[in-house]
Amino acid sequence: MRYLPLTQPDREAMLGVIGAKSIDDLFADVPASAVLEGPIAGLPMHASELAVERHMIRLAAKNLAAGAAPFFLGAGAYRHHVPASVDHLIQRGEFLTAYTPYQPEIAQGTLQMMFEFQSQVARLLGCDVANASMYDGSTACWEAITMARRVTKRGKAILSGGLHPHYVSVAETMAKFTGDQLVTAVPTLSPTSDTDDLIAQIDDDTSCVVVQYPDILGRIADLSKLAEAAHAKKALLVAVVTEPVALGAIRSPGEMGADIVVGEGQSLGVGLQFGGPYVGLFACSEKLVRQMPGRLCGETQDAEGKRGYVLTLSTREQHIRREKATSNICTSSVLCALAMSVHMTLLGEKGLRQLAAINHAGASAAADRLAQVPGVELVTPTFFNEFTLKLSKEARPVVRTLAEQGILAGVSLGRLYPSAADLGTGLIVAVTETTTSEDVETLASALQEVLA
Amino acid sequence: MSTINQSGWRPTTPQAGEASDLSTFTGNRALMLEEALIFEIGSSETTGVDFGEVPQAKSRLGGLTRDAEIGLPGLSEPETVRHYTRLSRQNYAIDLGLFPLGSCTMKHNPRLNERMARLPGFADIHPLAPVDTVQGALEVIDQLAHWLITLTGMQAVAMSPKAGAHGELCGILAIRSALDAQGQQDRKILLVPTSAHGTNPATAAFAGFSVEDIPATEDGRVDLEALKARLGPDIAGVMITNPNTCGLFEREMKAISDAVHAAGGYVYCDGANFNAIVGRVRPGDLGVDAMHINLHKTFSTPHGGGGPGSGPVVLSAALAPYAPLPFVEKQGDKFHLVEEETAGEHHAGTFGRMTAFNGQMGMFTRALTYILSHGADGLRQVAEDSVLNANYILRSMEDVLEAPFAKYGPCMHEAIFSDRGLPEGISTIDIAKGLIDEGYHPMTVYFPLVVHGAMLVEPTETESKATLDQFIGAFRSVAARAKNGDPTIKTAPHFAPRRRLDETLAARKPVLAWKAPAKAEAAE
Repeated sequence: MRYLPLTQPDREAMLGVIGAKSIDDLFADVPASAVLEGPIAGLPMHASELAVERHMIRLAAKNLAAGAAPFFLGAGAYRHHVPASVDHLIQRGEFLTAYTPYQPEIAQGTLQMMFEFQSQVARLLGCDVANASMYDGSTACWEAITMARRVTKRGKAILSGGLHPHYVSVAETMAKFTGDQLVTAVPTLSPTSDTDDLIAQIDDDTSCVVVQYPDILGRIADLSKLAEAAHAKKALLVAVVTEPVALGAIRSPGEMGADIVVGEGQSLGVGLQFGGPYVGLFACSEKLVRQMPGRLCGETQDAEGKRGYVLTLSTREQHIRREKATSNICTSSVLCALAMSVHMTLLGEKGLRQLAAINHAGASAAADRLAQVPGVELVTPTFFNEFTLKLSKEARPVVRTLAEQGILAGVSLGRLYPSAADLGTGLIVAVTETTTSEDVETLASALQEVLA
Repeated sequence: MSTINQSGWRPTTPQAGEASDLSTFTGNRALMLEEALIFEIGSSETTGVDFGEVPQAKSRLGGLTRDAEIGLPGLSEPETVRHYTRLSRQNYAIDLGLFPLGSCTMKHNPRLNERMARLPGFADIHPLAPVDTVQGALEVIDQLAHWLITLTGMQAVAMSPKAGAHGELCGILAIRSALDAQGQQDRKILLVPTSAHGTNPATAAFAGFSVEDIPATEDGRVDLEALKARLGPDIAGVMITNPNTCGLFEREMKAISDAVHAAGGYVYCDGANFNAIVGRVRPGDLGVDAMHINLHKTFSTPHGGGGPGSGPVVLSAALAPYAPLPFVEKQGDKFHLVEEETAGEHHAGTFGRMTAFNGQMGMFTRALTYILSHGADGLRQVAEDSVLNANYILRSMEDVLEAPFAKYGPCMHEAIFSDRGLPEGISTIDIAKGLIDEGYHPMTVYFPLVVHGAMLVEPTETESKATLDQFIGAFRSVAARAKNGDPTIKTAPHFAPRRRLDETLAARKPVLAWKAPAKAEAAE
C-alpha cells in the first residue's frame, strides 16, 4: 500500500485527537447492515509495482499496436507521428496533476495554455472563438446541434450522409430523449457528396445542417453554397472536422461560412488510445459565444495591472445556471488540449502545411497504386489523406483475413453500416506520414491475393 | 522600450508594496518567470519538427486548396520546451503539495499508471481495429468492469461515458428508458437535493426532465419526510449524492431508496464521493439503481488541469438492460465488442450510443493499474484513511472556524466550514487567498450553497500526518488573521505569480482569443 503514507501510530494519534476509539466510530452514520466486514471477497489483495507491471505488460502484448503493422485505419481516429517533446511536456507534474483552474492566481500555466489553445483552434477552424475543448468530436457534434436549437429556436437538424455514423448514432440517442427531430441519411458509394440533397431539405423549421469535412468516405466539398442556402432560411451550418491535419491543406469551414465548427483533435498530439481520451473542438462566431457549451478562458488583469487569465462567462455553465445551463458539461479535455496545443506550436504554420502536404501526397500515391489492383476501384476522386475503395468482395472478411496476416487494412463500411448491404464492398483507407511506400506495397499485394 | 514590448508583450513595473519594492527589466522575479504568448514569440516561418521533402503527387483537393494563412505561430523545439516548462511553473499541482479541493478529490497520481497507459499495446491501437487484434484492451475493460461491479454490488457497468457529468447523463437516460419501457412516460420530474452538484439539475434538464428541489434537514441530510411527501406518479426518481456534498453520509439512504422504489421511481447516486466508502460500503446494498464513478477521483487518474475525466456507470438489475453500447463480453476464451449490429437479446433495450468509440481507454488502463496496486484490502484502507484525515482536520479547526455539522458527528472524507463569525468585510475568499501565500492550494469555496461562505476541505488518503499538521497550522494562522481583521489578508495573495485577478472585467469585456495588435500600434 505504497500510496498511503499514514503509519499505524499516526492513525492512533489522530484518532486520539478526534476523540474516537476506532476507525469504525468514524463510519457511525453508515447503517450497520450496509457495512462490509473485511475486504470484499473474490478480489485480489494489493500487489507490488513489479507484479502489476508484469500483469499489464502481458495484457498489452495481446494487442497488435498500429506501429507494429502496416496500418491504414482512419474513419475518425488517425495515426500521426507525435514529437517526443509533446509527451514529455504533458507529463510535467504541474500540468499533469493540476486541477481545473478555480484559483487563477496559482493556475496561470493551465489558463494561458487554454487561452493559446482557444486561439489556435479558432484560427485552424476559421472561426472567431473556440472553447477550451470538450469530450470528443462526437459529443461536440451533438452539443452543436443543441446549440443551434437554442439559437434558432427550431428543433429540426439535417445530418449529411457523409457524417461519421457513430456521430449520427450519438445524435440519434440524444434526440430520442430531447425531442429534437433529425433528418439522417446513409452515404452511397458515390464520388460526389450530398450537398444538393441537403440544400433541398432545408426549410423554415430547420435549426441546422450538419456536414462533415472531409466526410466519412474522405470526400471534400465546397461548403459555401450550403452555407448560403442555410442562411437564406435562417438556419445554421454546422461543420464537423474529424481530421484537423486536413486544414493545413484545404480551406477552413469557417472561411466557407460555417457558423459552428466542431471537431476531433485527436490527430494532433493525442494518439489513438483505442478511442479515448480524445479532445473535442468547438468553435463559432463571436455573436454566438454566450450560447456556447463548455469552458472558456479569458484575458484580464490582476490587481497590479499585469495581464492574466481566468475562466470566464461561467454564467452559461451548470455550476451557476443549474438546469438552465447551456449544457451539463463540467470538464474539458485539458491535458489532451495541451498535447494538441504543444503539437500545433511545434508544427507552426509552416510545419502544419508541410505535414498536410506530405499526408496528401502519400494518400494520392497510395490511392493510385491500390486502384491498380484487380478488383479494386477508387470511389472518391477528391480527398485529403483518406479515400474509399470499392472491392470486388465484401470488405469485412477481407479486413479480417488481412489482420490475420498482420496487416491493418482500413475500416470496412460494413462495420460502420452493418445494415446497409450495398455499402459492404467499401473500404476506407487512411494514409498519413507514418505510412511507408513499403506498407502500401504490402497492402496492394495482400489485396491482390485475397481478391483473386 | 525593450524588444519584448515590440512583440506585444507588456511587462509591467510592479507597484511599490509588500510584494516587491523592486522592478525588473524583464518582469521576471528570479525563478518566477514571465512568459509571453506563443503568438507574440512565435512566427509563421518557425517550426520545431523536421519533415522530409513533400513527394510529387497529383492533387486531389478538388479546388479547395487553402490559400489564406491560418495564422499559427511556430516555435523551435527548444523554445517550445522552454515555453511550456515556464508556463507549468505558474501552476499549483498535487505533485507540489496538498490540494484540498473538496468534491474534486485531488490525490497522489502514481506514475506507474502513466507508464502502463503508454505501453504501445494500449496507447497505439485504433478504436475500429479488428477485435482479434485488441484482445488485451478488451480484457482491460472486462477486468476493470468486474472490479467496479464487485465494489459497488451492482449488476452491470456502462464503460463508455467520458466524464462524471456524461456518466450522470447515462444513468438518467437509463432511468428514462426503463420508465418508457414500462409505459411510464408521464414520470417527468427528477427530485434533486438543494445541495447537489450543479451538474445534477443540468443533466436532468439536458435529458428532458424537469427538476424539483428537495430541502435538507438541519443536520445537512436529505429531508426524508419532505421527499416522501413529494413522491407520486409524476416522479421519475431522485438524484442524490452519497456521501453528500456536505461531507456527510446519508444515513437514511436505504429508506430513501425503498420509498422511491415503492413509488415507482429510480435512485440515481452521484458517485463523486465514492472515495469515502470504497471497499467498506456497496451502494447496491443501499438500493441505488445507477451511479457514476469518477475514475479520476476514486481511482487516481490525473486531472490534467481539468480533464480528461472518465465516468463509468454501474447499474442495478432493473436498469442493466438499457445500458448504452458498446459493451465488452466474453464468449469462450475470446472477448467481443457488442455494438449496434451484435446487440442480442441481452442488450435489446439499449438506449443507444453515447460517444463515438469505446470510452476513455487511456483512463481505464490507469485505473486498473491503480486498483491492482491497492487490491481489495488497499482500497478499503483508502476509504478509512481519507475519512480519518478529514476528521482530523475537522476536529483541529472547529475551535477557530464554524463547522456547521460538526456537532452532529463525524464527517466522511471532507470537512466543511463556514465564514460565519468572521468580521464584516472578511470572508471565505480572503481565507482562500491567504492560504495561497502559505503555499497551499485553497479548499473548495462557496460550495455547497447551503452553507454560508462554505469551505469544503478534502485532504484525501494520500497525505501524511506531517503534511496535515503543517496545513492545519497554516489554516489556523490564516483563520486567526481573518478573525483579527488583518487588512493584508484582503489583498492576498502577495506571493503568487499574479495578484487577485479581475474576473468581472473578463466577463464584461470578453477576450477569448489572441488578436494581432492594431497596425498603428505595431509600427511604433
